[in-house]
Amino acid sequence: MIAIVNYDTGNIRSVTNALARVGCTDWVYTDDKRLLTTADKVILPGVGEASTAMAKLAERGLDSLIPTLTQPVLGICVGTQLMCQSSEEGDVDCMGIFRTRVKKFICQQTTDNGQQSPSGCTHCTEPANKPLTVDRRPLTIEKVPHMGWNQITDLRTPLFNHIDEGAYIYYVHSYYPELCDDTIATSHYINAFSGALGRDNFFGTQFHPEKSGAIGAQILKNFLEL
Amino acid sequence: MLAKRIIPCLDVKDGRTVKGINFEGLRDVGDAVALGSQYAREGADELVYLDISATREGRSTFTHLVTRIAEEIDIPFTVGGGISTLDDAARLLDAGADKVSINSAAIRNPNLIDEIASKYGSQFVVIAIDAKLIDGRWLATTHGGSRPTDKELFAWAHEAQERGAGELLFTSMNHDGTRQGYPCDTFARLAEHLRIPIIASGGAGSIDDIADVLTHGRADAALAASIFHYGEIPIPVLKQALSERGIAVRR
Repeated sequence: MIAIVNYDTGNIRSVTNALARVGCTDWVYTDDKRLLTTADKVILPGVGEASTAMAKLAERGLDSLIPTLTQPVLGICVGTQLMCQSSEEGDVDCMGIFRTRVKKFICQQTTDNGQQSPSGCTHCTEPANKPLTVDRRPLTIEKVPHMGWNQITDLRTPLFNHIDEGAYIYYVHSYYPELCDDTIATSHYINAFSGALGRDNFFGTQFHPEKSGAIGAQILKNFLEL
Repeated sequence: MLAKRIIPCLDVKDGRTVKGINFEGLRDVGDAVALGSQYAREGADELVYLDISATREGRSTFTHLVTRIAEEIDIPFTVGGGISTLDDAARLLDAGADKVSINSAAIRNPNLIDEIASKYGSQFVVIAIDAKLIDGRWLATTHGGSRPTDKELFAWAHEAQERGAGELLFTSMNHDGTRQGYPCDTFARLAEHLRIPIIASGGAGSIDDIADVLTHGRADAALAASIFHYGEIPIPVLKQALSERGIAVRR
């Protein structure tokens, strides 16, 4: 049985639908400590703001339980961030399972000669009523949130069995876990960051495997087979 | 590298897709779930389902359909059409939609954007604007482009962003259906003016049109209907061609 941690962060339908698509219908959505401790696997979903989500975990005493679990645990998106040491979102201490911090992306634009604007993106700093002009120079604007399909590389651990280097998965986030020794997949957006983390029986993806097509389904399947 | 997104749009009436398609091996071409799955398998990056039902029964059929889509489709999808209250958005979120697209209702009641975004997050709200170039000004329109409003495109898009919209879906009603390409300069100006991603819609007739709007037009995604539905440009062919032009796409 899979236990999905219920800490009142909203809709888990996309996760349960994705589990059903890979043949897993034996799941329970719970905050019961006994069930969470005895389940074969645990999934920590996450939506919303990190410090609020962390407070909801703490209200239920789950912030101290989760790091003691011994079965495979998978965090998704904000769930993964809560498994890191701290998050800049709401400036909150997290569970400290993964040895890294969660930081905010700073919107960046790059001109055709590859120079990055030092103070970040003019989109975030210039007044809205600036004159409208069409600048036809090639220009890359890396907007925040990071939303859409991006690649993962330097894949480690059985979570990425049968997944090719450079596979595309789906992200929606404004905060990212920094690279660290626990990084098991790397992505690049504005800077390199941990697309996934792993330590002992704990795993976490910053991307959304439940929305990442066949690649995401394979990753979920790999987790279920751990 | 973040990929540019290719998004087929499916019009749904009373629970069934209405535009013709000619996929081989698809027995029921009106089945919105089967068609969406087919696009997902072919490499679509997201899907948009627009409910064009005119009746309440049609709307409730659509909600039921969204539940089925969420069960079957393993890529993000947006739903739009007839969303005019927070409750409408909540119902579609519960059914499993990843994003809602709001259009005329936001023009009538801009506060709707704030309400949905503050409750469910900006990533859930797509502002759709159908604009028309009238006497040198781009004006947002309603009723399929037939009724211009007093909302100027750039100001309205910016206002929607500030109110919490997470993405802009812009359709030029001057170009929609013409297959002559997108107004790339206007898209580029929008990209300069906004910090949210922009989905280009309306006017694609060729691979070059789509390549143009994703490069010169600086759009983050291209949405199209007929070129996909009629099988004129299969998604794998489109992505191969974009990739050969140096555009990052998911393959």
